[in-house]
Amino acid sequence: METISTLPPELIRMVIAVIIIISFIFLNAIMMGYLERKIAGHVQRRLGPMEVGFHGILQLVVDGVKLVAKELLIPINVDRTFFRLAPILSFTPVILPLLVIPFSEKLQARDLNLGLLFIVSMTSVNVMAILVGGWGSNNKYSMFGAMRAVAQSIAYEIPILLSMLAIILMTNTLSLKEIVGAQQKIWFVLLQPLAFIIYVISGIAETNRAPFDLPEAESELTAGFHTEYSGIGFSLFFLGEYTNMFTVASVATVLFLGGWHGPSLPYGEYLGIVWFFLKVYFLLFFMIMIRWTYPRVRFDQLLNFAWKYLVPFSLVNILITAVVVKL
Amino acid sequence: MRESTIKEHNRFFLNMGPQHPSTHGVLLVVLEMNGEYVLDPQPVLGFVHRMHEKIGESRPCQGFMPNTARMDYVCALPYNHGYVSLIEKKAGIEVPKRAEYIRVITSELNRVASHLLWLGAYLLDLGAFTPILYGFDDREHILDILEDITGSRLTYCYYRFGGVCRDIDDKFVEATRAFIKRLRKRYVIYEKLVTKNIIFIKRAENIGIISPDMAIRYGITGPNLRGSGIAYDIRKNEPYSVYPEFDFEVPVGERGDCLDRYMVRVREMEQSLRIIEQALDNLPDGPVRSKVPKKIKLTPGDCNFAVEAARGELSYYLIGDGTGVPYRLKIRVPSYSNLSCLQELGRGILLPDLVSIMGSFDLVIPEIDR
Repeated sequence: METISTLPPELIRMVIAVIIIISFIFLNAIMMGYLERKIAGHVQRRLGPMEVGFHGILQLVVDGVKLVAKELLIPINVDRTFFRLAPILSFTPVILPLLVIPFSEKLQARDLNLGLLFIVSMTSVNVMAILVGGWGSNNKYSMFGAMRAVAQSIAYEIPILLSMLAIILMTNTLSLKEIVGAQQKIWFVLLQPLAFIIYVISGIAETNRAPFDLPEAESELTAGFHTEYSGIGFSLFFLGEYTNMFTVASVATVLFLGGWHGPSLPYGEYLGIVWFFLKVYFLLFFMIMIRWTYPRVRFDQLLNFAWKYLVPFSLVNILITAVVVKL
Repeated sequence: MRESTIKEHNRFFLNMGPQHPSTHGVLLVVLEMNGEYVLDPQPVLGFVHRMHEKIGESRPCQGFMPNTARMDYVCALPYNHGYVSLIEKKAGIEVPKRAEYIRVITSELNRVASHLLWLGAYLLDLGAFTPILYGFDDREHILDILEDITGSRLTYCYYRFGGVCRDIDDKFVEATRAFIKRLRKRYVIYEKLVTKNIIFIKRAENIGIISPDMAIRYGITGPNLRGSGIAYDIRKNEPYSVYPEFDFEVPVGERGDCLDRYMVRVREMEQSLRIIEQALDNLPDGPVRSKVPKKIKLTPGDCNFAVEAARGELSYYLIGDGTGVPYRLKIRVPSYSNLSCLQELGRGILLPDLVSIMGSFDLVIPEIDR
């Protein structure tokens, strides 16, 4: 006991937070995987998973066990270092953004005054994992996927940043807690509808979700960058994808949907997390519905859309915001 | 992409298939590429060659019937139809009118099933997962209806020389009418989900334009030809069976792009439903099978018979030598000619467009290889 009490409380708090967050990441992946398959099933007039547990609720647990127990298969001609590094690189950085997200007024691991910048820089590491995995796989289809991912990520990070900038101009802070605090009276989605739309579209593209899932376009590139991966390597990519989706939806909630704000609850400073999660999962539900409705865009169309529409519109949006706020 | 801008060391080869999700079977397309641009796609055939023609030449002509359904398993009944009509023409066998009506009804049902499957598979090529399951849902009803009278769900062997093997009953008529009603309601869903979908239109419009001249040069037939604006349909131009008795249109496209080929198939489904309705209304009574000698003698000389399969003109060519075994049997399948224009069409386009074009052709590989 003595050693713990002599440690700085900050460190203990961070360790506890990281443990909670890692377990939440797994839980989130299981929930999202189940939701995705169940919603896909109902969209397509079938039932989805039904066998394992009540309405197939344990399906993803069983799948996870299967994936982890699988033999670690490394093809002969791959770059072994890169091939092993890529899934780790995809999974590790997704933990960090969750440290600064304020789930409720008091549930936040660490309130950085540069929180937004921290999130943006951490989420952009993901594209590195795809590039390394695609390059290391020594497969032309994987390489295609990796190259697409890089071009797509560069193109869509700009409108994301520009739409965030509009919010930053209004609040004068990069701290997520203060941004949520500024939405006490009115959510920013009502003041910045254009920025919200641009953010959601770019967010879907940034997380490589359909209709922008070009890095893994299975009808063209078999499975894109993760063609050669199976077992635990594949599941780490899978975890990374779902956690990235969660991060994107959380940031959208913080920036535009008023974070933990909602009808008041007892112990509001803690239970605000209920409203936060409702908003996040509503956005995730929306992303899943989009995936099962639309065909995939072509790659040149994707880039044209970013450079010709999203970037100019977000620039105009910033200009208008700047003029209105600063005058 | 212009040829001159490509440096020699930037060219590379990509093997698309034989195990690739978008080649719809064991087709290999060797792509010479520069980045994501396809310079020269070369289809390589022969992975599922089963010598169907040779089998047809080595046994009495009745024995070849089951094989006809194994070539194009997606739309097998027109293949049955072509073969029985060929032998009937050659041996001079009369067919009762009721049998011809039943043949037309079942063939058209099979055509609708094939187009529904294609619609889903094409959208799957473009990256939309949902339409294929809607298509399967509707197709399932057709398969159930056909299973009740033919006994099989996919590789039918229902027609016989001189008729069909089993008469249809009231249950069949009722189920077919119910299905027509159901599919007409479902058009609305397909229209909302697919036809008016902006991403789908952007992926299909002005992609893979086949000019009328090019279509004729390559011998393209079926919806792919009609998409280019040429109203050529065997059912109208060289009528066989009882098709002249029905009132139906031949839908054609304007530009000859993937979207036109899509629209032609969607409109053809409605025309098939019209034919089925008319046939059910005027279904004559009588026997469904005429007396046929046990041993059919194929008179010396050649004989040809063409039918409109779901993918285009299917024609059987036979040379008899006086015995019951054909001396030569040649089958002209539509997908083979349809695929042949891929090389010209696929030069200088993006890889996703090539996938879109191949999907719009509605290829069935076992039919090409036979």
